[in-house]
Amino acid sequence: MTAVLVPPPLHSYTANVGRVEVPGATLGEVLSALDARFPGIRFRMIDEQDRVRPHIRFFVDGAAATHLAHPVGPAREVMIVCALSGG
Amino acid sequence: MPKKKAARKPRKPRGAARPARGRSGPGVLLLVGTRKGAFLLRSDASRARWKVDGPQFLGQTVNHLVLDPRDGRTMLMAAKTGHLGPTVFRSTDGGKEWKEASKPPAFRKSPETLDGRSVGFTFALAPAHATEPGSWYAGTSPVGLFRSPDGGDSWEEIAGFNDGLFPRIEEKVGEVPGGSLAHSILVDPRNRAHLYLGLSTGGFFESVDKGANWRPLNKGVAATFLPEPDPEYGHDPHTVVLHPMKPDRLYQQNHCGLYRLDRPGDRWVRIGDNMPKEVGDIGFPIVVHPRDPDTAWVFPMDGTTVWPRTSPGGKPAVYRTRDAGASWQRQDRGFPREQAWFTVKRQAMSADACDPVGLYLGTTGGELWSSPDEGRTWRPIASHLPEILCVVAATT
Repeated sequence: MTAVLVPPPLHSYTANVGRVEVPGATLGEVLSALDARFPGIRFRMIDEQDRVRPHIRFFVDGAAATHLAHPVGPAREVMIVCALSGG
Repeated sequence: MPKKKAARKPRKPRGAARPARGRSGPGVLLLVGTRKGAFLLRSDASRARWKVDGPQFLGQTVNHLVLDPRDGRTMLMAAKTGHLGPTVFRSTDGGKEWKEASKPPAFRKSPETLDGRSVGFTFALAPAHATEPGSWYAGTSPVGLFRSPDGGDSWEEIAGFNDGLFPRIEEKVGEVPGGSLAHSILVDPRNRAHLYLGLSTGGFFESVDKGANWRPLNKGVAATFLPEPDPEYGHDPHTVVLHPMKPDRLYQQNHCGLYRLDRPGDRWVRIGDNMPKEVGDIGFPIVVHPRDPDTAWVFPMDGTTVWPRTSPGGKPAVYRTRDAGASWQRQDRGFPREQAWFTVKRQAMSADACDPVGLYLGTTGGELWSSPDEGRTWRPIASHLPEILCVVAATT
């Protein structure tokens, strides 16, 4: 299982839970599993062309991940960051 | 953000003494979308007192919020946040409880590459024909047209537009700074297959087969930003409305003026030429009287020099025509007399169905103004809201 750290803007999907565990060997698989558990959450982060949305950042085992094929490493942790800009 | 109450103690303006008649019932519901959430305002029967409920979805940009006139209780909300992608929320109990669409508007995935289009946000929501309960249309940015068969829960592309017409428009106008918009989705009340669609930028188009095929309807409309003197399309309609009781009567507030079209004709007449020259005929919204096809209101804004898009001279006013654009009358009683630089966005002005008609407009400065007497007098009914993006009046 991979631990996913969910930031507050997405807590409406996770019933205010900030850390959940889902299966997956890649970032894409983790997000698919997350969406199966919390329907709709993936589309708020990943667009219909499987691109990461402009204000979303992923860190997999502490390293920036920019595509869904990024493998989950031994630490098995995915951190989601919402990079808000503007007023 | 704490809940807000109406900014001023209501006082009875002149002309507001008569109770609303016609379909007025218990009052008017205003659905207000802002850059930081949604608000619902409910009036008493006189429309003198208003109660502000909200915000709902605080922090989300709400481009459009619409009550389904076919059932009087379903609402759809087009929303996104600063960092999260776009979605649609649905309520089936008049805005008490909301659920997210299971499949929001989204373009088809490009099979091989990552260069396919993605919906930035849904901009406009429109109920389909009265004989199609539960069906809705959605227009997006970048421009796309979608249809939901199930009350807004799932959305499918309208291929006739997204794959058929759109590539032609993209080739002509290229990428639109700030993002292109599909707005003004109009359904002919006599024929559910007859649709109109406004694109900013792109032009105005008609389909007689429910969106499978489209043809431009832009003759007579100026497009001073294009090199051709009389292009077939590529124009910039800001808002287009049709009259519900005379659906062959269309009014258009365009980037390049104010127009009327009477079908089956296909050449627009620039009725903005009849506006005072010092005011001009530039603006974003246009609203029709629900029972009189010859009466409409606009909110002119400054389209000179670098396009401030504020009330000309800092003196806000609505202009009304009662003769289909042959003449216009200034209506500014109650608005500030000077130093008031209002901007009213294209979906932020609305009319109710009462008698006399109530008018409503929201500013980017977060003020919501109402007139209970067809524009003769105006007063603020809420202040200090976030930037107002849409105001939709529903007579309950």
